[in-house]
Amino acid sequence: MRKPRDNGYGIGEICLHWLMAGLVLGLVVLGFAMRRRGIDPALQFSLYQWHKSFGLIALALAGLRVFLWLAAGRVAPAPGLGVVERRASTATHLLLGFLCLVVPLAGWAVASTTTLNIPTFLFNLVVIPPLPMARSAGAEAFWSWVHATTAYTLLALAALHSAAALFHHFVRRDGVLMRMLGRRTIDPVDTPANEGSKR
Amino acid sequence: MRYATLALAGLTLGQILLPQAVFSKTPELSQAAGTYNITGTSQIRFWVDQVGGGSINGRFTKFSGRFRIDGRSIGASSISFTLYPQSVATAEGRMEDFLRSSAVFHADAYPTVTFRSTAVRQTGDDTAVVDGMLTARGITHREQFSVRLQGLKGNAIAFNVTGNVYRSRYRMDVGTPIYLNVVKFDMDIRGVRQ
Repeated sequence: MRKPRDNGYGIGEICLHWLMAGLVLGLVVLGFAMRRRGIDPALQFSLYQWHKSFGLIALALAGLRVFLWLAAGRVAPAPGLGVVERRASTATHLLLGFLCLVVPLAGWAVASTTTLNIPTFLFNLVVIPPLPMARSAGAEAFWSWVHATTAYTLLALAALHSAAALFHHFVRRDGVLMRMLGRRTIDPVDTPANEGSKR
Repeated sequence: MRYATLALAGLTLGQILLPQAVFSKTPELSQAAGTYNITGTSQIRFWVDQVGGGSINGRFTKFSGRFRIDGRSIGASSISFTLYPQSVATAEGRMEDFLRSSAVFHADAYPTVTFRSTAVRQTGDDTAVVDGMLTARGITHREQFSVRLQGLKGNAIAFNVTGNVYRSRYRMDVGTPIYLNVVKFDMDIRGVRQ
């Protein structure tokens, strides 16, 4: 991976971030809803298909983000962070990026190994072929466990990530959250010569 | 000499053709006159094709029915058939539960699917088309099935019945377009004359 750059997030990265955030949150809500006990079976079938379609979009976007990281480098952690905070920030971002790939891939593995053999029909437009995996009850159970466990981990990390961003915004009053909202802010740790200038 | 040659040719042709006519394996429908009860050895198979290839294949294990073949007028024949969707069987238990559920057959509320013929039209020596009213989930529509007589031995008779049914007519179109709207039936009906 290339050296982190410190010139802030571009509009594309900001859109990608919030699109991924919305997708992950939506997929988690959809995941809980479709597994609800007593749910109407027809509705449940539809929700599963929506979950698969949006999950594949999330996978594509996660792949795009990894490509952008590799091509353009990651944006450096916000200035003013301590060493531990920087490392925690980097680790969290890398883990979030990794899980954003693994969770939908594991979901695709579930669809590819289930003995139900229901085709994945992306938004009722394109048939997505299954991964080259053998179908069996054991494989389906294993990948379902991987999918759920990594999804819960992703949810927990996303919550931690969001809490840290809110902490920076409301307690530290720095620009960590604002730079992901596309707003340029005055960095309190900037040198006096930079005071009043826009970053 | 010319007549002798023709007679010989006729005799030879008769020897070739006659056995096929006498020992034809497929009897004519008119020979099968009578009233029959459908037996449990019948096979009621169906499948629904899915996008990208493959299909859901299933069968019903519980059914009952009766038909009457009119020897003088096949058109006056009739059939009534009942199948019990609770008995649907596939290779996957979860699929069976889904088919029994309110999404498809709603077997608790509508425990039977019935067919009552309204017209029978002979289309060949051993074939016919049967029109009738199919009722599923409390909804009735006209459907048509093709029938081929397979065999008749003593009081036992065998038919193959095929037909396509649009499931959307019966509010069973869950899963479209992943699963096609058409349910294809291929049934081996066995009857015993009363």
